[in-house]
Formats: sequence, structure tokens, C-alpha cells
Amino acid sequence: MTDTTVATTRELAPARPTWHLILVRPETMTFLLLIAGLVGASTLSPFFLDANYILRSFTLTAEMSIVALVLTMVVISGEIDLSPAANMALSACIFAWAQDAGVPLPLAVAVGLLAGLAMGAINAFMSIRMQLPSIIVTIGTLIFFRGIAQVIAGDRSIRVPESFIGINTVMVFGIPLPVVIFMVVALILGLVLGTTVIGRQIYQIGTNQAAALHAGINAKRIKVGLFLVLGVVSAAAGMMAASRLGSVRYDLVLGGELQMVLMAMLGGTYIFGGRGTILGTFLAAWLLVIVSTGMTVANLLPAIQLTVLGILLIVAIIATNFIYARTQR
Amino acid sequence: MNVLRSVFLRREAGIFVMIILFCATVGLYKPQFLTSQSLRIVLLLTPLIMIGAMAQMLILVARHVDLSIGSTLGFSAMVAGLMYRDFPDVWWIIGFPVAILTGAVLGLVNGLLVTIFKLPSIIVTLGTLSLYRGLTFIISDARQINRANIPTELKAMSRTSPIFDIPWIILIAFAVALMTYVVARHTQLGRQIYALGSNPDAAPLRGIDVTKVTLIVFTLSGALCGLAGILYASRWGFVNPSNTGAGFEFQVIAAVVIGGVSINGGVGTVLGTVLGVLLLGCVAAALPLLGIPGSTQNAIYGAVILIALLIDRSVRQRGVVSLSRGVA
Repeated sequence: MTDTTVATTRELAPARPTWHLILVRPETMTFLLLIAGLVGASTLSPFFLDANYILRSFTLTAEMSIVALVLTMVVISGEIDLSPAANMALSACIFAWAQDAGVPLPLAVAVGLLAGLAMGAINAFMSIRMQLPSIIVTIGTLIFFRGIAQVIAGDRSIRVPESFIGINTVMVFGIPLPVVIFMVVALILGLVLGTTVIGRQIYQIGTNQAAALHAGINAKRIKVGLFLVLGVVSAAAGMMAASRLGSVRYDLVLGGELQMVLMAMLGGTYIFGGRGTILGTFLAAWLLVIVSTGMTVANLLPAIQLTVLGILLIVAIIATNFIYARTQR
Repeated sequence: MNVLRSVFLRREAGIFVMIILFCATVGLYKPQFLTSQSLRIVLLLTPLIMIGAMAQMLILVARHVDLSIGSTLGFSAMVAGLMYRDFPDVWWIIGFPVAILTGAVLGLVNGLLVTIFKLPSIIVTLGTLSLYRGLTFIISDARQINRANIPTELKAMSRTSPIFDIPWIILIAFAVALMTYVVARHTQLGRQIYALGSNPDAAPLRGIDVTKVTLIVFTLSGALCGLAGILYASRWGFVNPSNTGAGFEFQVIAAVVIGGVSINGGVGTVLGTVLGVLLLGCVAAALPLLGIPGSTQNAIYGAVILIALLIDRSVRQRGVVSLSRGVA
């Protein structure tokens, strides 16, 4: 799976010596860290050499990883969204609340997706139409969405029907379904970003929006599209989380924005836009799984894991900025 | 006429009218809202947010943002709390310098990361938000500092003082606001912060040491959060590694944005921020009176931030007012 994505990105990068291309990239750093993480973790526990164990651990963060893939594209286009975790919680709450009120299951899913779309539209309206900085707007919507979820669900947890529970136990060729979805989404988005006109336009907008406008690119439309896609994907991820957990609370994936931004940054996405790949985020998602399950196996307190994630985020942006400053321009 | 006009066009006038309208409306339904007792409740809800808002205002004016203030508050409060628990003989006043210094160090770390590596402050402080929270768990061994460990004198500060029986923490909060006003309006540093936020490219050309000003702003913010941390221990009488300061950054950002501090830097007044804090306090005090569950509070904060952003935007479009607002 990893190999195919490597191949697509490699074909499409600008013409430079191959060794240069492969070695001096943030993705290489992520990949090396991934290997190091695997080796280190397997000394902690032999479970880490068991693919099934890793795949099962991955289902815990698969939803957030899927959202992080779309978030990567948003960051490349020069915007950012901190609200997808709150979006996941609110969509899941609306979905659970709708089906609890007697709405048939497929319709409830549609309602949840529509809610996600609406939330993406609010972000897009505020940050693209009204031209407010997306970073502050999405802090506002983060609080707002999570607050609405709190109003809907209160302090109780809403159960979802039996038939909807257990997406993580469904196996496709021996791989849990969320992981399969993650891989498929990564492949699709990797192809979109790497091989299509729209993909090139996203890079162009993030590198220099003014130049992109002069080149005839409709930057606003593409950014609005990205926010809408992110909204819908977050909603879908929220409902996947609901299916995995069996019930929904307003504090679903509370603080998940940190991990999503972390995945994008660890994968070498440039925080100021214009650079980054889906492959990087794909690798970073696996790296995070290895790190967090490694810490769990090593019996570290969740609080220490929080510290490690914070340090990782800061180190990741410092390293990415450093690599880009040295290798390009 | 011109004077009147400029008064009405100011953001502060708008918030002031909103506060009056809000209190009048609530007072119509629940007359007990318009008593000095509920004024006391409103004022007791606000000191921590007021101090945090002063810190965040300076940071936003310098065109940065600090998301780690809640964790900084929690960490500083925990350090002071641990000191009280493990060294009960220490004079209780020592908790103040300890918490303030701890906060200042954490703020300085933020500032150093932002200036040395030229990183966007929002991502750095998102990282330190969880980093400092994790450290709080580590130093406290995930245990709460209980009521019995907090000195009685400290807790008494939230109830009374020699001056008209107004609790000390309210006086401290307003003193901090006054000092911030003096710094922002009447010192070289304050004017440099505004200049930096108005145009970061032009600031160094005017001889402003950008690195120094940025470091000072972040350190100051951390120190104020440290002060808020010790006052948290005074107000609530406990320090909990997971609750203390959690979500503080959202309340503060809401108050500051309502107060008319521009997210694009260079614009913001202490008076507006104070009024923004008071408006939030009124809302928070009115909710239980009106029988609205506390769970709606976050949704209201979020909605208020978004609306304030939109108002800010429409005011900026007209352009006239925003320029005059930048002065005061």
C-alpha cells in the first residue's frame, strides 16, 4: 500500500536528481522516524511485530487520520481549520440525536453529513467570503460547534443502534474497515493532489495566492470547496467514531485538533502553505499510532503522552521549516 | 456634534450599550438581576478572565495569539499549590511571586520558540497547550491540591478586603487592567507593541527591536496567567491538574474579541477589553437566573466570538472608525 503512494508522488515531483528527491524531503524524515519508532517499540513489546496488533491499534485513530488527510490539503492551500474535531462531535451528536428521535438510520446518516457540510460552509463563509483569518474563525467555530453538541447531548451519552455499532470489527481482506477507508481516501486524495489540475492549483494558491489569481485560478472557489469537503469528511469521521464507540457524547475526540494538526505537520506539510504531500500525512498517521501505542505499552500515563504530543508538534514544525529553508529556494 | 459622533462610533460605546440593553432585558424578567448582590456575582465571575484578557489583548495587538494561557494558568497554580502542600510553613504571600515567575518562564518559552524559529505563534502555543497541561499532570502526579492545603488567608482574598468589603481579587483584576492601560497608552514599550502589530515589516525599520518586544509580550502574558493561577487557587480553593484553567483560553479570546481587539494586530483598547469581560460576566451570571442550563455557555461563547468577528469585519470595511480606534 505504501509503495504505490510513493510511486505516484515520485513520478510527479519536479525534475531533480532522484537521490536528492528522495533523501532531502520531510517525508523521508517521517519515514525514518516511523522505522525508528517500529524498532524502538518492538523492543518494548513483541506485539509490535504483529501486523494485526498495529492494524487494530490504528482503528482507534483512523477517523482523525482520515480528517487529517483533507486538512493537509487545506493547509497546503494556505488556510487552516482547527474545528474538525468539534465538527466530528457535533455531526455525531446530531446523527445520534436524529436516529434516537425515530429518524430511519440512512436518513440520520444523511442528516449528519449535511450538518458537517453546513459546518464546512460556515467556516468557508467566514474565512473566504468575509476574508477573516481562518485560524481565528476556526477557533470560534471550534468552541461554537462543541458548545452546540453540548446543548444537544448534555452530559448524557446517546446510544446508537446495534446494527450501526462495530465498524472497527468489520474486516476487509483481514484489514479493519476504518483502516481500509483511510487507505482508500489517502490514495484518492494523493492522486487528486498529485496528478490533477486542481491539485496543482492548490499548491499554486498556497505558494502565492496573488500569482495564482493572475494565472486565472479561482482561488476562492477551490478554498471553499476544500472547506466543504473537510466538513463532510469530518462528519463521516464523526459517525465512524460513533460506530466504533457505540455511543456519542459531546466530548467525542475532545482536543483532537491537536493530533490532526500534528499529523499534517509531522508529515512535512508547510504551515505557511504551498508545500506538503498526502504521503507525508499518511506516514505520520502510522507514526503517531506507533508512538501512542508504544507509550501505552510502556505504561506511560496519558498525561505524559499529552506532553510528548506537544513536544512532537513543536519539533515537527521546527524540523519541517528547517528542511524547507535549506532545500528549496 | 463631532465629539458626540466620535463617541458613538467607538467600539466601547457599542459594547456599553449592549451591556445596558442586556441587563435591562434580563432585569425585566428577573428584577433580582438588578441588585448589588448580582453585581457582586458578576464581578466575582470575571477577575481571572479579566487578567487573562489583558494578557491576550497585548498579544493580539502584537499580531500573535496565545492558546496556551489556560495550561499556563493551571501549571502555575499547581506549582504554587504544591509549594503550599509540601512546605506548609512558607508565608502564604510567597505563592504570588512563585506563580507569577512560573508563568513568566512558560510565557518566555513560548516567546523564544516563536522568535528563534520564526514559527507561527498559534501552532507553537497549540503545542505548548498540551505540553504544559501534560507537565501539570507530571509534577502533581495527577493528584489534586485540596482545600485543606490552600492557606486560609489566600482563600479569604476572594471574599473580602478592607476596602468597602470588595474582595481582593476584584481589586487586583482592576489594578491589572489599570496598569495595562498605562503600559499600552503611556510607555514606549506599549507604543512599540502597537507599532509591531500594525505593521511587522515597518516596525524594525523604525528601530523597534521586534524580537525583544515579542519576548516581553509573551513573558508578560505568561506572568499575568501565573497571577491568574494563584487567584484561581484563592477563588476556588483547589487546584486540579485536569480542570484548572481548561477552556480558559476560549473565554478569554471571546472576551477580547468582543472588546474590539482586532485579530489583525495593532488595534485594541483596555477599556473595550474590560467591557467585553464584563459583558461575558453578565451573560454568565444571567444564565442560571433565566433557567438556561450551564451547558449552553460554550455555544454562546462560540456564537459571540463569530458575531464579534463579523462586526469587526464590517466596521473595518468602512475603515473610518478602525483608524481612530487604533489610537486609544
